Amino acid sequence: MTDLAETPVVRSAWVITAKERRTLLVSVLIFIAASLVPLVFGGYVLQVMISIVMYTAFATSWLLFSGPTNYIALCTAAFFGIGMYVTAGGIDLMPYPALIALSGVAGAALAAIVGLATLRVSGVYFVIFSLGLAELVRQIMTWGQHVFGTMSGLYVTIDRSEPMYYWQLLLATAVIFLVGWGIGRSRLGFALRIIGNDEVVAVHCGINTARAKVVLFIISSTFASMIGALVAPRWGYVEPVVAFNPFLSFQVVIMALLGGTHRLWGPLLGVIPFTLMWELISIEFPDQTTLLLGVSFLLIVYVIPNGITGLIEDAWQRHGKIGGSIQGPLQRALVTSSGTLKSLLQRGKSGNA
Amino acid sequence: MDIVIIGLLLGGTYALMAMGLQLQYGVARIMNLANGEILIAGAFGAFWFFAGTKASPLLSLLFVVPLAFVLNYAIYLVLILPLVRRAKSQGKLEVDSILATFGLSFIFIGIMVAAFGAQYTDYAYLSEPIFIFGERYGLNRVVAFLASGALCAGLYVWLYMTRAGLALRAVSVNPSAAGLVSINVIRTSALAFALGGAVTAAGGVLLSMYLTFDASYGVVFTLKALIIVILGGVGDIRGTIVASFILGLAETAVATLIDPGLTLAAAYVLFMIVLLVRPEGLFGRRTA
Amino acid sequence: MPEATATEALAAAGVTKRFGGLVAVENMTFALAQKEVLGLIGPNGSGKTTMMNLISGALHPSSGDIRLYGNPIAGIGASRVANMGVARTFQLVRMLPAMTVLENVAAGGVFGHARRWGKELEDYAHALLKRVGLPNVGGAPVATLTYIDQKRVELARALASDPKVLLLDEWLAGLNPTELRIGIALIEQLRTEGCTIIIVEHVMHAIRSLCDRCIVMNSGAKIAEGTPADVLADHGVIRAYLGDADA
Repeated sequence: MTDLAETPVVRSAWVITAKERRTLLVSVLIFIAASLVPLVFGGYVLQVMISIVMYTAFATSWLLFSGPTNYIALCTAAFFGIGMYVTAGGIDLMPYPALIALSGVAGAALAAIVGLATLRVSGVYFVIFSLGLAELVRQIMTWGQHVFGTMSGLYVTIDRSEPMYYWQLLLATAVIFLVGWGIGRSRLGFALRIIGNDEVVAVHCGINTARAKVVLFIISSTFASMIGALVAPRWGYVEPVVAFNPFLSFQVVIMALLGGTHRLWGPLLGVIPFTLMWELISIEFPDQTTLLLGVSFLLIVYVIPNGITGLIEDAWQRHGKIGGSIQGPLQRALVTSSGTLKSLLQRGKSGNA
Repeated sequence: MDIVIIGLLLGGTYALMAMGLQLQYGVARIMNLANGEILIAGAFGAFWFFAGTKASPLLSLLFVVPLAFVLNYAIYLVLILPLVRRAKSQGKLEVDSILATFGLSFIFIGIMVAAFGAQYTDYAYLSEPIFIFGERYGLNRVVAFLASGALCAGLYVWLYMTRAGLALRAVSVNPSAAGLVSINVIRTSALAFALGGAVTAAGGVLLSMYLTFDASYGVVFTLKALIIVILGGVGDIRGTIVASFILGLAETAVATLIDPGLTLAAAYVLFMIVLLVRPEGLFGRRTA
Repeated sequence: MPEATATEALAAAGVTKRFGGLVAVENMTFALAQKEVLGLIGPNGSGKTTMMNLISGALHPSSGDIRLYGNPIAGIGASRVANMGVARTFQLVRMLPAMTVLENVAAGGVFGHARRWGKELEDYAHALLKRVGLPNVGGAPVATLTYIDQKRVELARALASDPKVLLLDEWLAGLNPTELRIGIALIEQLRTEGCTIIIVEHVMHAIRSLCDRCIVMNSGAKIAEGTPADVLADHGVIRAYLGDADA
């Protein structure tokens, strides 16, 4: 379960606690620092930074859906590819900003179809459906191009500088974070927490659980498509096999899991080490990338199931600071039951300040 | 007409890999995303045997099946059992086992690429024609179909006429109740998982006789097996067989009449229909 | 079969539920008036909880009709039934384990029949907690509460949606004598405030003191209907509970 924000959700959207103000301030500072990067670095370092920002955007938007629902979405590449193709296909017909928006719409449409079909039944079916989605879209695209006689590759001839890509992606990431934070404070976020605690109760409280999940999935996928639109000019040449490469989906999942799916900034903590490590692996062991991808999955599932944020928070707890938020995992709640109710209320009060 | 025959031949061979997954998901309750890679491993086993000895690939079943059984048993004990033990709910176990088997599938792909290379592989065996109703079909397809039928029949007999098979079916219906009648659920699940892997690998051997494959093609088979199992109904053997034929027919029809590159699309259309119309599958049990 | 009138809070007509070959509820027909407290009793396995599940929307009837103030609610799904104004508690208390008491109560008041948010929701949840006798535990995690207190939270959660009909499914089960007195007093209080309630219970003295009317089920069918005193003296009812020797 993800607490997309740590606020007591019964508050109004315009009430921000002191703790939240701190978090916001830190985030703004990080954002400003990050935006200065292209002014200081160039060349290879900037390229790596662009990768990091792009994957952070992907992984965080992945988290928006897969965090609260615990449904592992394996279809990021499908939406990314759609965004690329909408942009590449329309580049001579429409202004670029319109194409970015259109990519979002296309992604949302596909997400709506997939969501409505799969999210009303068990989550496993969704995962399976998402597994082959990129491949499916690719097959249909390739067939479509055969039928309509277009070439299989499309050129996107917009000129942008590297720093420009970086800033665009950084802005996209910031927007995704803001949306995630906003969802956490909203009725939708509350509904998702309830669903994550007990879906039967959620339904009897009047929550249309399927619709909540579909809305989340649409939001998450729209972002993925728009990132595709942002990145298309950088690739220059868009081809089905490359645009719909499933490995993108799998890497995004690993990074998010590595970082931890219980906090909005979790994926960021996974993206940075993984991107750096992957750069190294691509250089040193280019033929073993698949094998090492598999090993990473296993390491995460068996050794760090709660990700890096899980490790950090466990360390915090062991050092005596029980985090201010009462709404932590059930284990933490049970651990404190040795105290009296009164001391609990005191801790509760300070947590909900 | 030949669409029907080819479709049925294909479906019959798909039945084995679907049965394998049915055993793993329906009984052991593990969503094994490495299922396709086991199939490919079986295919490579047959290829290697045939390339080396020039004898019938069917003989490779003799070593592929036991090897796959042992390998999958080991996988269950080493990888799956710790997840079963630590999972606090069926939902958490499903997520964990999906991720773990997913990672495993990549490891398998990596190993197979290292061992056999990444190129497309096929071999010519029994590719001479056989005539059915006046049309020519590959003898290899027919033989694969017959072998698959024999294996499926054997599996069916085992499941319905032996005590061990009964235990398996009991666990698939209700694991906690099965435990209460002193069935060792863990051991039965491990057996089911291992048997599922063996059956899938056998399917790989048979499919290799006429399909072209490469080390990374497994995921497509995993998807098809999953769709077949879901279409037929999780936990129902008859359903799996019927659904295999339906998929084989649908795929062949689409490949012949529309485009051979849309086979996955055909499978997904079936998937969508199942999800929208009858999520429990053809023979599945609806829960209230 | 009388048509449901819009003044009856709840009207069930010919409701039947089959699970394969088992008929869990058979041809149940009854009406619940506004502000009435109706008791639904019967031996174990008589179909009472299934009937509750059919009303709350957790199950779809195999046949028959259920109407809430004249609006059909059978088979539309539990979340829509909740939106229309039916709230319930569960036989085994269902808390939201990783959330605080206040959030548990608030959960009932956001998406259901009553929709509140923000400060209004928070104040309302506090007021409800006071009403059920838990004035000071809003910030505590629910796992730390005693069983009776968790039941109170669940009741508050159900009340948070301003329900038109409240379903209490064996709400008094598992309570010791002291807690039982508190629990009965609480429901009595709701009754005086004018709530419309269906109670499924085994605690007979609670049924006698709380219910205006009673329906007895056995093997899925209605075997008696009337005031608690009449119904509990009925020979058929006694035979259903205790067997022929005591009738």
